[in-house]
Parts: sequence; structure tokens; C-alpha cells
Amino acid sequence: MPSAAGCDDNQRSRQKERDVFSGVIVPEKPDRNAIEVRGVSKRFGIGENAFKALDNVSVTIRENEFFTLLGPSGCGKTTLLRLIAGFDFPTEGQIMLHGQDIAPLPPFKRPVNTVFQSYALFPHMTVGQNIGFGLEMLGKPKAEVKARVDQMLRLVRMEALKDRRTSQISGGQQQRVALARALAPSPKVLLLDEPLSALDYKLRKEMQSELKRLQTETGITFIFVTHDQEEALTMSDRIAVMSAGKILQVGAPWEIYDRPADRFVADFIGETNFLPGTLGAIENGRTTVTLSSGAMLPATLAEGYVPNGPATIVVRPEHARAIREGGDLRGQVENIVYFGTDTHIHVRLDDRNLFTVRQQNSRSRDCGFVVGDAVGVAIAPDGAQVLKD
Amino acid sequence: MSAASEAETRFEREDTRRRWLLSTPALLIILVAAVGPLLVVLLYSFLAPGSYGDVRWQFSSDAWFNVFLERDIFDDTLAPAWAHLSIFWRSMKLAFITTLLTLVFGFPTAYFIATRDERTREIWLFLITIPFWTNLLIRTFALQEVIRQEGLLNTLLLKLGLISQPIPMLFTDFAIGLGMTYVYLPLMVLPLYASMERIDFRIVEAGYDLYASRFGVLRRIIVPLVKPGIIAGSILVFIPSLGAYVTPRVLGGGKSMMLGNLIELQFGQGRNWPLGAALSIALMAIVMIALLFYVRNASRGGPTHG
Amino acid sequence: MARSFSVRAQPGFTTVALICFFLLYLPIATLVVYAFNAGTSIAIWEGFSLRWFHQAWNNSQVIDASIRSVQIATAAAILATICATMAALATTRTRAYRGLTAKYAFINAPLMVPEIVTAVALLIVFSRVKIATGYSGLGYLILAHTAFCIPFAYLPIRARLEAMDLSLETAAADLYATRWQAFRRVTLPLLWPGILAGLMLAFVISLDDVVITEFVKSGGQDTLPTYMLGQLRRVVTPEMNAISTVFLAISILIVTVFFFISRKRDV
Repeated sequence: MPSAAGCDDNQRSRQKERDVFSGVIVPEKPDRNAIEVRGVSKRFGIGENAFKALDNVSVTIRENEFFTLLGPSGCGKTTLLRLIAGFDFPTEGQIMLHGQDIAPLPPFKRPVNTVFQSYALFPHMTVGQNIGFGLEMLGKPKAEVKARVDQMLRLVRMEALKDRRTSQISGGQQQRVALARALAPSPKVLLLDEPLSALDYKLRKEMQSELKRLQTETGITFIFVTHDQEEALTMSDRIAVMSAGKILQVGAPWEIYDRPADRFVADFIGETNFLPGTLGAIENGRTTVTLSSGAMLPATLAEGYVPNGPATIVVRPEHARAIREGGDLRGQVENIVYFGTDTHIHVRLDDRNLFTVRQQNSRSRDCGFVVGDAVGVAIAPDGAQVLKD
Repeated sequence: MSAASEAETRFEREDTRRRWLLSTPALLIILVAAVGPLLVVLLYSFLAPGSYGDVRWQFSSDAWFNVFLERDIFDDTLAPAWAHLSIFWRSMKLAFITTLLTLVFGFPTAYFIATRDERTREIWLFLITIPFWTNLLIRTFALQEVIRQEGLLNTLLLKLGLISQPIPMLFTDFAIGLGMTYVYLPLMVLPLYASMERIDFRIVEAGYDLYASRFGVLRRIIVPLVKPGIIAGSILVFIPSLGAYVTPRVLGGGKSMMLGNLIELQFGQGRNWPLGAALSIALMAIVMIALLFYVRNASRGGPTHG
Repeated sequence: MARSFSVRAQPGFTTVALICFFLLYLPIATLVVYAFNAGTSIAIWEGFSLRWFHQAWNNSQVIDASIRSVQIATAAAILATICATMAALATTRTRAYRGLTAKYAFINAPLMVPEIVTAVALLIVFSRVKIATGYSGLGYLILAHTAFCIPFAYLPIRARLEAMDLSLETAAADLYATRWQAFRRVTLPLLWPGILAGLMLAFVISLDDVVITEFVKSGGQDTLPTYMLGQLRRVVTPEMNAISTVFLAISILIVTVFFFISRKRDV
């Protein structure tokens, strides 16, 4: 038993959950890891036409964590979510929930619930009936179901709409019902499949903080799937970036953004400049890079990465400045794009590569350049990182 | 193999088994009371006729021979079986004319419905659906009353002085063609409408924008877009027209026979079940050819839109 | 004032369409009107009367045939709808599996075969079975009707299933519903309008059938349509119109209900 305060609380809530899940397998020993995906592969189809949606994926998701699977469409993030939910079975590998392999279990025997992209609310039931469905299926007594439904309605602030049909409420409200429905049976893990994609910008922002609040209040592990990097960065405790059926990097948002493990991650998250260079001596994860212009830059290396010779370095646009004289690189202003809070200056470098500089705007003056100006690019100390290719 | 993939295999096997179990009653009933008996018909077409109907269990190709040819009872010479061939010809001809007429009248009707606004469209659609689902015999009978010797049409024409004596319309090929056009018109309109409903009229707008005339838009844009509907409607009308039984019986009497009536005759007064069976199979063959034509055209596919 | 250019208009189409609608309903209207004729003619109007409805009502053959029609249609429609619902569940929303296309073709086969061919085929087979078993009840007619009603009942049920959001059942499974609970609580309630539509279609189709019934029925098993077909050979009185009118009214009533069920957009 961990000696943390709140251990009693933990135990009590565990007891409560066990009650909820009588008939459903609940792992006995709590573990710091909620979900452990071990060497999971998923192939669709057979033989020549087989499509490998997941390729030997391993990842560990901790208890009470807001964990995000981020990647472009078709990268396998939804497939992984469906495997955890039990809607599909992995071709290889195990999915451990608190130390027990749940991969062979059908969805109705897993203490895991899902918020669907389309919400999938039952159109022939009221809001209240939707929320109570899971508990009813678990065979809970009517009074208990009713109490829990009311509790959930309060949690998502929908008390007034209990008896409405789901077709009579707005998209944002449907979203809340979907959340309440999935949370009502107190699952070990809540899976969210791009739940905000159908909402407009403002509502999405609102629901983002709402989700965060629900996660904190309920203490349930959230696994969140999205292709929206901004959403991932703002909401997650940790992010797994996926591409082509593989997990490329797992880390806290700042790690993903500032210490991208490879070119794909760097390119997918935010805007990035890629520069060719030659590496110097490596010391304590730091090195000096010689750029094509002859300029020498200090740069960091990804952990445990020991390359030599030519390499690619990344520089975020906000870690560079455009200056008239000097600079690490020289070029010509090709285009200036105004973004309100900041301005992007596209510089055509002397080696013909394109480099973007982001400059904070000020009310008193414009960026100070016009298209065609000769310009220097100064890279901030610590602004460059060597990429694993 | 992991535990999960074993579970998947087991799940899939269960799923397939459940799907077969669920479809068994439907498949069984259709096998026993629709498709299976067709094989018996094929068998019967190669047997000899019994004296009082039914068959003798003895192989004979006479039935098939008699479908196309007849042996002269006096000099034993072979001649084409004109009586049968003319009925084949009439059936094909009438089915074809019916298809064409329903298309000529059905196309503007479907277009009219498809271009109404949401609410009135439902009403027009409803009006075309009613005849579609009301009794074919009653509709044929209703038409018979209108065109019979002393019927509404002749009475009206006489009263107006347009004719001096009633025109005999009933029991002619004309009556059958008219009747089938009348009863099968909804079968043409509905698939045509289904195709037209999906037309994006911004495409038509683009056609006019690019200097197409009204007819040009119809010929170069609308007709190609609804081609799948035209083919589907034509098949839906052609097949029942070819095998029509009730309409030619009620409107054609005994004089103007179609294939359906010829087949019935062999099982009734004709007492030649093998010949009736052979004629049925021949009819099926023509229908199959028409369907094959449809499948080939449909799979090549009209433009997909909507 | 210049009229704005209509993109949708085609010259003459409206006229042809309206003529078509008029001609479609003219014979039916005439038939209904003469059902109320006081005279014995179906062409000369001699005043309003309900005598032909009375006569039909007191004609035991008509009543027997009507009852038989309804019995057969009810039994066949229920059987066909049950089979079609099961078959629709088995053939929709699945990856292509071995035999799926064949199943589609098989279920729709009765639509492809000309009625007269099915009719003689059943005549051949059932006449043997009747001799072999000695049973000659309504069972044969019910079986034959069920077979050709299945594809009609299948149509709206399948359409409804295809349109149903698959994630609803996935959600039910996610919320601890077993396969049967998910079917009972989610699939079936949502499928219900489709099943009802299929049931009504099958009922009307069975009620309307002439050809197959004519060939399959044993002596004294006339349904209303085959009775009417037999009567058309004789001199026709407005009694036929009266029967037809009642028949039409019932059909239209069912079709109307069907139309509004199947057209209803939301659930």
C-alpha cells in the first residue's frame, strides 16, 4: 500500500467501484499503471491485402492520468482506443488493466467506458435513461440507478434536461450526456474518441476545460484521442504521438513540443524550421552544429542519442529573430504574413531553404521589413535541437 | 497466437454461425416455395405429358421441340410453330412497347414530382405510390370498364358525336398495351424519381451558364444523371410485362394471348405440362438475359452523385 | 414584368405529368362512382344507391373469400416479416462474408422470377405433395405467399438497419449490455418502424396476389382476387365495383399508414 495520505479514500472508492462492477471483472491489486499495452499489433484483412493498423505498440498509462493519443487520421490512434474498449481484438499482444490481460474480453465485461465521436446517444431514450443505461445493465437496484443518474446530471450540470429526448438538446448538451453516461458506472478508465470534433470553436474551448474539471473531480484515468495538437497540448498530462501504426514519442506536452524525438513529431506539433548541419563533439547531450552558412550553433540532443557527421536540426519560429545586420543565417524576406498577435516572416535563406521567423506584434510599429529586404536570422541560445532521423 | 486473437477467431466464428442461423428460415422458405420448384419445372420440361395432365416419368425432348417447331400431322414435315412463335413475338413486342410508353410518360411525371418543393413533393409521391400498392386486378378491371364497348370512353365519344358507333377496343393488342402501360406506370416512375431526387440542380445551373439550351440540358445533363433510374425502371416494367397474365387475360380475352396465358393453357385445357414447363423456362431465360443486361449496365454504373 | 428563369422547368413536362395523374385516377374514380349506381349497368348512371354493397355483403362467396384473403395475408405477412427481420439482421452491417452476396440474390429471387413461372412451379410441386400427404388446406397458400412476401418485408427492414448508427449497439455493449440485451433494448426499438412497414407491405402484397393463388389453391379456396378474376368472365354488375371499392379503401388505408411510417425522418 502506498503510504500517501488519501490512502483510505482510495480504498473506500475502490470498494465502491467493486460494488458497481459486481459481475464484471475488477482487478484485485491496485497498481500505479492503469493500462499497459504490451506489444500490440492489429492487422485488418488477411494475406496480401492485410493492413497493419498497429505495429508492435507498447505504452503505459498511469492511474488518474489525462493521457492523449495524438496523430493524423489513419495513424492507428482510434484503433488502439477500440482495442482497449474491446470493440476489436488485437492480432498480437496484451492489454493489461491493473495487471490483468483484458484483451480477450468482450466490451461488456470490461470496466472501461467510451465517449463516442458521434456521441451514440440512444435516440429512443431520455437523457436520464441514457445515463442510467450502464448501471441498469449491471443489474443495479432502481433506487441506486436513480440516485446515480441525478448525481451525474449534477456533475455535468444538466439537471433540468433529465426527461428530454436526446434529439431535443443541443450538440454541446449531447456531449455532456455522453460524458455523464460513460462516467455513470465509474469506469476504471474513460476512453474519449475525438469527442470535441463535432463542436464549434467556442464550445470546444468550453468543453476542454469542462473535461479537465471532470477528470480532476472524478479522478478517473482519461484516454483521449485527437488529431488536434493544440487540444492535446493544453489538456494532457502526457501525450503519445502516433504515426503509421507506431508510437513515436510519449511525454509531457512540453517534452513533445520542445524535445521532439524525430522529424515527424517536430513537424506534426507546431511549426518548425529544419536546417541541415554538421555535428561537432558531443558532451553531456549538447553539441555544436556547423550550418551551411558557416555559423556555429549550440544545440541539444535527444536523450541517449549519439550521432555523428551530418544531421538535421530544428528551430521553432519563435526561437529566432529577424535582424538587419549579421545573424546566424542570411537571406531575403520572401513573404510577410500577419496573424494578429504575431507576424510570420518567411525568409529565403542563401542555401535556398525556407525559414520562418515568428515575431510578436506591437501596436506602435509593424515588423520593420518589406518583401525583398536582405535579412539575418538570429537563433536564440538553446533554440536549436538535433533531430533523430 | 495470443489469447486475444483466439478470442477474435472464436467471436468471428460465432458471428458467422449466428448470421447463418438467422437467415436460415427465410432462405429455407424461399428455397421450398420459390426457387426450388423452378428446378422441378426444368425437370418436367424433359418429361412426357400424362393423358390427364401431369407427366409420365419418361425422358422426352418433345416439349422443347414443340416450343419452336411443329410436325405436320399429315405429311410429317417440320415447320416453325407459328402459333407459339407469334405469341413469343407478341409478348416481346408488347413488353417492349409498354416499357417505352411508360418511359415516355413516366419520365416527365417523375421529373415533375422531383422538381416540386419538399412538401408538395410528398403529396405527389404519395399519389403515385397508391396505385403502386393497390390491387393490379382491380386497376385492370377499372380500365376494362372504361374501354369496353358500352364503357365510359365510347359513351363519351358517342355523346360528343365524334364517332357514330362504339370502337371495339377491348380484347385487342391495343387494350393489352394500354392496360400494361396503365398498371406498370408507377413501376417506372418510382425508380426514375429516386434518381432524379438526387440531382443537384446547381449542376443544371452550370449547364445553362455554359450556354446549354433547355433541350441541351435535358439530353446532356439530366438524362445521363438519371440513367441508372431509367435502366432500373425499364427492367422493373419489362419483366412483369413479359410474363403478364392477369392484364392480357382481362383485357385481351382469349384472342390476344401472351406467354403467361399460353403457359396457363398448357396446365389447364391443353393438358401438356411438359410444354408449359418448357415455355416457362424459355420465359425465365429471356428474363435472365434482360437481368444480365441490367447487372452489366448497373455495375458499369452511371455517374455517382449526391 | 419579366419572369425569372427557372432552372428546373422543362417545356411540356408539367402537362404530361398532370395528364398522367389524371389518367391514373380516372378509371379508379369511375369504378368507385359506379359502385353506387342504382342500375345494373357499369356504364349508365341511374342514380345513387348502396344496393350493390348490400348484395356483396350478403354474398356468402364474397364474404368467405374475403375472410380467407385476410387469414392468408395475416399469416403470411407475420411469417414473412419474422423471417425477413432475422434475415436482415444477418445480412446487414457486416464485413462481406462467404455467401453474403448469394444470400442477397436468394432473398430477392422471388422478385426476379415472373409470377406465372413461380405459379406453375408451385402447382407442379404442391399437386404432388397434396397427393402424397393428403393435406390440402390453406398451408400451401400461406407458404407460397410467405415466400414472395419475404423480399418485400425485407426491403424496409434492411433499409432501416443500414441507416441505423452502428455505434449505438457498440455503445450498448460498452455500457455492459450483453448481445441479447443490446438487441432487446437498442436495436429492436429503433428497428420497429421498419418492421411495421415491412409487415404492412407484406400484408398488402399478399392481399393483392392473383396469379400464384390461382394456381396453388385447391377447390373452394378462392381468395377475393381469384374470386373476382373468375367473376370477370361473366356479365359484370356493379357488385364487382362495390367489392373493389371496399378492397381499394382498405389497401389505401394501409398504404397511407405505411407511407407515413416510412417517410418519417426522425426516430
